[in-house]
Amino acid sequence: MNTEPTIPALEITDAILELGDGDSRVRALDEVSLSVQPGEFLAIVGPSGSGKSSLLAIAGALSRPDSGAVRVHGTDLGGLSKGAATRFRLRNIGFVFQSGNLLPSLTATDQLRLAGRLAGNRRVDTASLLDSVGMAHRAGHRPGELSGGERQRVGIARALVNDPSLLLVDEPTAALDRRRSHEVVRVLADRAHGSGVAVVMVTHDRDVLEHCDRVLEMIDGRLGAPVLAH
Amino acid sequence: MFLALRELRFARGRFALMGIVIALISVLVVLLSGLSSGLVNDGVSGLKAMPATGFAFDEGTMTDNAFSRSVVDGVQVEQWQDADGIAAAEPMGVNIVNGVTDDDTQVDLTLFGVVPDGFLSPKVSSGEQLDAVGGIIVSEPLREQGVQLGSVVTLDRLDVELTVVGFTEGQATFGHVDVAYLPLSTWQLLASGTAQPGAPTQEQIEAMDFGYASVVALLAEDGAALDSAAVDAAAGTTTMTLTEAFNASPGYEAETLTLSMIQVFLYAICALVVGAFFTVWTIQRSHDIAVLRAVGASSRYLLRDSLAQATILLVGFTAIGVAAGVGMGAAMPEAMPFDLELAPIALASALTIILGLLGAAVAVLRIARIDPLRALGGQR
Repeated sequence: MNTEPTIPALEITDAILELGDGDSRVRALDEVSLSVQPGEFLAIVGPSGSGKSSLLAIAGALSRPDSGAVRVHGTDLGGLSKGAATRFRLRNIGFVFQSGNLLPSLTATDQLRLAGRLAGNRRVDTASLLDSVGMAHRAGHRPGELSGGERQRVGIARALVNDPSLLLVDEPTAALDRRRSHEVVRVLADRAHGSGVAVVMVTHDRDVLEHCDRVLEMIDGRLGAPVLAH
Repeated sequence: MFLALRELRFARGRFALMGIVIALISVLVVLLSGLSSGLVNDGVSGLKAMPATGFAFDEGTMTDNAFSRSVVDGVQVEQWQDADGIAAAEPMGVNIVNGVTDDDTQVDLTLFGVVPDGFLSPKVSSGEQLDAVGGIIVSEPLREQGVQLGSVVTLDRLDVELTVVGFTEGQATFGHVDVAYLPLSTWQLLASGTAQPGAPTQEQIEAMDFGYASVVALLAEDGAALDSAAVDAAAGTTTMTLTEAFNASPGYEAETLTLSMIQVFLYAICALVVGAFFTVWTIQRSHDIAVLRAVGASSRYLLRDSLAQATILLVGFTAIGVAAGVGMGAAMPEAMPFDLELAPIALASALTIILGLLGAAVAVLRIARIDPLRALGGQR
């Protein structure tokens, strides 16, 4: 039995991030603190410009907070050089972007293979990964031939290729209809509860929150208590 | 190259368009290179074939047409023969004449008067060695104008008759005119103005008092560099190496400079066009690149991949263009001075590829500046 206390998949302490210059300077993150456990599916809702994407950016080592600390699975991202941050991201953090953001020239299988090769892994079991998101039948298709929901599911499979401990999901349902939105978010929930990956999803879409374990609301750079329980 | 190859296949229409431009540039580069070599050979193959290390011209001779302008005397020749590091120095006479063959074909000849058993004496592939007083040795291409062994060429105005006694292999031309070798003494007889109409004779040569030639042909000792300054000063000559002396052949500099300039422009165009293409291509997929960077691709990986893509494109289509250019070159009309030579074509292809890559590299470098944050939604 594992008796050690669980290390949080993501731990943000008092993060402050300011964007812009001079008069247009805004505080995108205002003393944000957050802890996400492995296997937890957290949703962050909030209006446009509230700082949701900034939160994803610092959690994913794409940018650094002006002050405060970010730890992913115990590693302090602030201590990493730019190159080390890139390598860390590759192996420990999965990104799922709006509308999938797949490469137009690659088939679904090749999207996954490329993500594996970037991390030096040439033997990715693409078939079972695609199968786990219900996309086995579209393995040989390029993004141009896939629907929005299918693209999003391939994007989720791609983010999982290198077995990340943290999955950061940016507006996954922005381009999807209601039924497909639920399908995609259910896939994310299954992954979180099935494989223990922590999922942080930023969304506008309050419809899909029923699949999440916890919901936080972000307003003007402050992360607040859930305003809407499910 | 995982991504590079798949993108090439996926965007094959765009890459094919770019490739066709590269191939067409290569065709032009090959044709120009062939024309260049052809003109050079037409201009100076007679000199190129000579075993000489250099030539000493009379001091102050104008560079263009120096061979037929320069006049050296016996003293200058002797000074060169006594110089250190010179294995041999021989007087040589050069001038261009018009003549008519015995079947009434008009021919132009560059007369090279050389010492018959000296180091400049041509290697004969058929017929006799250079020896007979009125005998000339010409190069194979003259056969196409009906010249054969025993043909008699009557020089205009002088009415001196020269007989073809031998042929040298390959092309030997000077200033686009076929070379005819003849004994130096016969050349001097013609130059002295004392030649009588008809075949030149030994008596006429013995009767003439004319010790001049055009230039001194020099053969340096093995391994010795031609150190000419001191001897030049003493003998009153100006020395050029064999290659420098090409410029002393009529029209040589003008022709080669023109063609080199066109080639330089083609290389510049290649670099710019390829650079422009990859700039647009990189900008077009900058969002994809931002996504890859966010996923965790290093900029080194992306740069390497993009350069590999440019290399494949350039090498592939340059090869196609060179093949097409060589094919077209083989079909050039006989009258056109066109020679396909491996070294210049290899150099031209290499330059096309290298400069194209340089253009691509400059464009692709902007990948390193693409911010992975762009992969996240509208705002950050």
